[in-house]
Amino acid sequence: MAPPAEVLAVRGLSKTFPGVRALDGVDLTLHAGEVHALIGENGAGKSTLIKLLTGVHRPDAGDIVFQGRDVSFATPLEAQKAGISTIYQEVNLIPLLSVARNLFLGREPRNRLGLLDLTRMHREAEETLGAYGVRVDVRRPLRRLGVGAQQMVALARAVASEARIVVMDEPTSSLEPREVETLFSVIRRLRDEGIAVVYVSHRLDELYAVCDTVTVLRDGRRVHHGRLADLDRLTLVSTMLGRELGEVRKEGLTKFTGDHHATGARPVLEATDLTVPHQLHGVSVSIRPGEVVGLGGLLGSGRTETAKALSGALATRSGRVVVAGVPLRPGSTPAAIRAGVSLLPEDRKSEGIVPGLSVRENISLAVLPRLSRFGLVSEARVDRIVDTFVERLRIKASSPHQKVGELSGGNQQKVLLARWLAMNPKVLLLDEPTRGIDVGAKAEVQKLVDELAADGLGVLLISSDLEELIEGSDRVVVLKDGAVVGELTGDEVTEDRLMRSIAGHAPAGDTVREAADG
Amino acid sequence: MAEATLETVPLDRARVLQWLQTYGVYAGVALLVVVNIVITPHFLTAENFRTQAVQVAPVIIVALGMALVIGTEGVDLSVGAVMALAASVTALYLGYGLLPALLVVAVFAAGIGLANGALVAFVGVQPIVATLALMVGGRGLALVLLPQLEDLRNPALASLGSGDVLGVPYLILIAAVLALLVAFVVRRTTFGRQLLAIGDSRPAAQLAGLPVRRVLIVVYVVCALLAAVAGVLATARLQASDPTSLGNLMELSAITAVVVGGTPLTGGRVNIAGTVAGAVLIQLLTATLIKHDLPPSWTQIAQAAVIVCAVYAARGRGKR
Amino acid sequence: MSATKTDAPPAATRGEGPAPAGEAVGAARSERVSALVQQHGALAVLVVVSVVASFSFDSFATGDNLGNMATSSAFLAIVALGMTFVIVTGGIDLSVGSLFALGGVLAAWGSRHGTLVALLLPLVVCGTVGVVNGLLVARSRLAPFIVTLAAMLGARGLMLALTDEGAETYLIGKGSFLAELGQGSTLGLGNPVWITLALFAAGAVVLRRTRFGQHVYAVGGNEDAAALMGVPVARTKVLVYTLSGVLAGLAGALNAAWLASGVTILGSGMELEAIAAVVIGGTLLTGGLGHVSGALVGVLLLKVIQNVINQIGSLDSSYQQVVSGAFLAVVVVAQTWLGRRRQLM
Repeated sequence: MAPPAEVLAVRGLSKTFPGVRALDGVDLTLHAGEVHALIGENGAGKSTLIKLLTGVHRPDAGDIVFQGRDVSFATPLEAQKAGISTIYQEVNLIPLLSVARNLFLGREPRNRLGLLDLTRMHREAEETLGAYGVRVDVRRPLRRLGVGAQQMVALARAVASEARIVVMDEPTSSLEPREVETLFSVIRRLRDEGIAVVYVSHRLDELYAVCDTVTVLRDGRRVHHGRLADLDRLTLVSTMLGRELGEVRKEGLTKFTGDHHATGARPVLEATDLTVPHQLHGVSVSIRPGEVVGLGGLLGSGRTETAKALSGALATRSGRVVVAGVPLRPGSTPAAIRAGVSLLPEDRKSEGIVPGLSVRENISLAVLPRLSRFGLVSEARVDRIVDTFVERLRIKASSPHQKVGELSGGNQQKVLLARWLAMNPKVLLLDEPTRGIDVGAKAEVQKLVDELAADGLGVLLISSDLEELIEGSDRVVVLKDGAVVGELTGDEVTEDRLMRSIAGHAPAGDTVREAADG
Repeated sequence: MAEATLETVPLDRARVLQWLQTYGVYAGVALLVVVNIVITPHFLTAENFRTQAVQVAPVIIVALGMALVIGTEGVDLSVGAVMALAASVTALYLGYGLLPALLVVAVFAAGIGLANGALVAFVGVQPIVATLALMVGGRGLALVLLPQLEDLRNPALASLGSGDVLGVPYLILIAAVLALLVAFVVRRTTFGRQLLAIGDSRPAAQLAGLPVRRVLIVVYVVCALLAAVAGVLATARLQASDPTSLGNLMELSAITAVVVGGTPLTGGRVNIAGTVAGAVLIQLLTATLIKHDLPPSWTQIAQAAVIVCAVYAARGRGKR
Repeated sequence: MSATKTDAPPAATRGEGPAPAGEAVGAARSERVSALVQQHGALAVLVVVSVVASFSFDSFATGDNLGNMATSSAFLAIVALGMTFVIVTGGIDLSVGSLFALGGVLAAWGSRHGTLVALLLPLVVCGTVGVVNGLLVARSRLAPFIVTLAAMLGARGLMLALTDEGAETYLIGKGSFLAELGQGSTLGLGNPVWITLALFAAGAVVLRRTRFGQHVYAVGGNEDAAALMGVPVARTKVLVYTLSGVLAGLAGALNAAWLASGVTILGSGMELEAIAAVVIGGTLLTGGLGHVSGALVGVLLLKVIQNVINQIGSLDSSYQQVVSGAFLAVVVVAQTWLGRRRQLM
């Protein structure tokens, strides 16, 4: 058998966004019939790479050679027509249109009058989908199919449009295990047909189940590539996170003091058995006053969802959250805030700041009713609070009246922290508090978290930065696929242990527990 | 393609557009005043100013409420119908005295506003459709209550419509006071800031624990109440209740005033001074064309052009 | 629902959502009921109201009354047909009422220069306004509601300018082809009714059986995905606004032919009636779902309610507006709730 042909050769691909070097001289080679895992933590450059390949963005430097030709796609449609299709985790089809019509949109069979030949379209749709193991009434609207079946339709569409490369961006994030199996068998079929697949996922089991080769990105560079089978899980995780195995740092790079806080008191927040369909499966977490609890796990493990469920922003199907002895009304943000639980959301730009309002208005947004009498804002009291926090958090703005949308990421984050600190919360839920902010601001935020905990606040810390998580947390709860898989306390809070726990290795003698103890 | 080239236009153009959006309306008013001083005889008379101001007062009052609704990224098409409803309810209850009549008007208007607000905030219907339903139903209700024009003879009502303080008609005073009040609410109250936050970024407002639904409902109620005030004042000036034609196309005039005044349709910003100036601009434009014997058809075409220009200038701003 | 279960081979992906089997069966059933109510609820109400009315009023189910109702529904129906296309793309067209009036005036004015001019002039002028609407919406990305609002004012201004500020009413000569088109009847039904039925048949074919129709649904269903799937989004939008303008102009022309004159005071508020009819007929205002037959049912329902209120006699005709408004509110609330339930499942 001849060696499989090279379908794609990417050399020295670079892309800079304002202030960020998103991709820095990355190479990637794909052969026909290869299933290639593309992995890396947040900000590693995966999505930038995919966007460059599929014509969403254009590279600053580097070549993309596709089927022997130098290419430069202006739009995703152009890339798709050339033979590079993308299957997103949110299925990009028309939900209200029928299955068959979705499958054939743009290349519908027509009869002699130029009208759509519905009979033929339905028959061919059934045949095509049948080959993917999807047996449904193709006349029904697409949205009435499960996500898995919808993904199959998207796949079938991609293959039917003669894709040579199919990029799958976290395709399994909302699939049931059985649907995942079906997807895998389809991927294997694509492989046999000589189609190259780029598979992006954070679920290690899946990577090992279906991928042949792997590229690991970190901080915009390729840090590893080769056959996946040659790489064991632990090495994979440590490569991805950029940590040497067994390395123990005495001197941290973060601004956390490393002192463990007093943690004797009763929990100020206690959540039991939080369940959200497809997202959380019975997660239990407790936070004591003065304690920083880290939430560990890879992307998509349910960290953000846990924080949102605790703050009432995500409605739970079952489970309860008790704050200072009082149960919270589920699914109500105002109730959680009144009880003293504040969330610093992960998506700062769209869920955190109100970009068109000033620094002053953003800081005072939540606390405003407390600074008002009969609905009239006391400007003097607002000024006092704003001045206090601008000074304490060293928020850099031209004036308190500058629009928050114009500030740097770090200063936006500080404004949000100020918004919640002004409320005197009991528990702060920090979802990636230092992501996308500069080094100086990062250190300041870390220092602040330490101080807050020392003052007796309960803190939940989510971070993809392992160092930050390890050095900042007194205790780390490890999540995987929406469930708690372990908990590290005291001396166990080390990178080594954390990575083993994330990778699903629990070496003998390790005290990785079920997190049911309080 | 069009988008790509637009993003790379030199800053100058963006700056011009931004300047136009913020100050264009005042420049327009100034320009019209100057042009009129030159070409229109008797323009600079107290009597003329009085007439113009009395005519524009109801539009300003309605536009104030509309500005608040648009600030939440909504729109209220039912304001004209509420004016008509206010007119017919006034006629029905004037027998019990002016004050009781006004109270009943307020109850009806608040009911319409509550229905609008509930549809938008609780059911999640798009504002344009929710208020469309109330627009059709509200005008119908006004006509059911009072099928045709009715002359009203009530001294209190008459003095409300044509009386004045030191030569300044009540109508103008009321409009001015309401404008100041609404501006104050937007700038200085909890409610005003919450309204802007909700219009700017609803997810962020929700996660910040703001009472999103309550604010939305209050906004629609306030808008309906202001429209009712305008309806009563217009009725008082006419000394007749005319539910068939009162407030027709008022929603258009109000939306035009708000948009021309630099309040973006995308929410998060409310420009009260601009809204007042926007109403004045349209009024002056109409008056100028009429004074120079240009037919109303020209006014409408000119108004259409002004709207498109204003929206074009506002494009892409506000949300960012 | 058992069909879905037995159809599915063991390894196949089930069509239903990921809920447990029993739950899925129940969910799917209630979802089907929701879909049925959404799409055909108006038809059921129309049938019930008509049956009740024909038993209650002797004069309701007479040939004359039904014929009159059909003819007076025809013009609104043509406007609603164009509106359906626009709303399915997720847009809205507020200019149709003015274009209806403009079309009527142009047809009457043009009838002095022959039937061809009388018919083509309104279509070309109103179509041009539609093109401008479409370009501003699709290319300049302005909000449809404000663009068509401006067009509504502009078109009305144009109409007034043509008619000496509404003072002049152009007449359509008796016996001309145009007059015959509006006033004559074939097989006992007025010509406008036949034209409307033909247009709806054509509209149904275009929407369901052509690539353009596919594009209309795709743009309204998910604009970004549609663009990724190769749908010419901007062109589709320009076309639907053009179609809406042309149909509004045609409706106005036919109406003028029916009345034998270009009446200038018509059409105001018609955009709202048309939108109400389309929405009542089960078309989603958020786009992506709807059918021309729904618009027809919606128009008929509005007209039957109007007729019934007239029949009651003691009731003022303005009750019709109250009922229409209330009906519209009930429909959108029901639609939103049904839609949300279906989304959740």
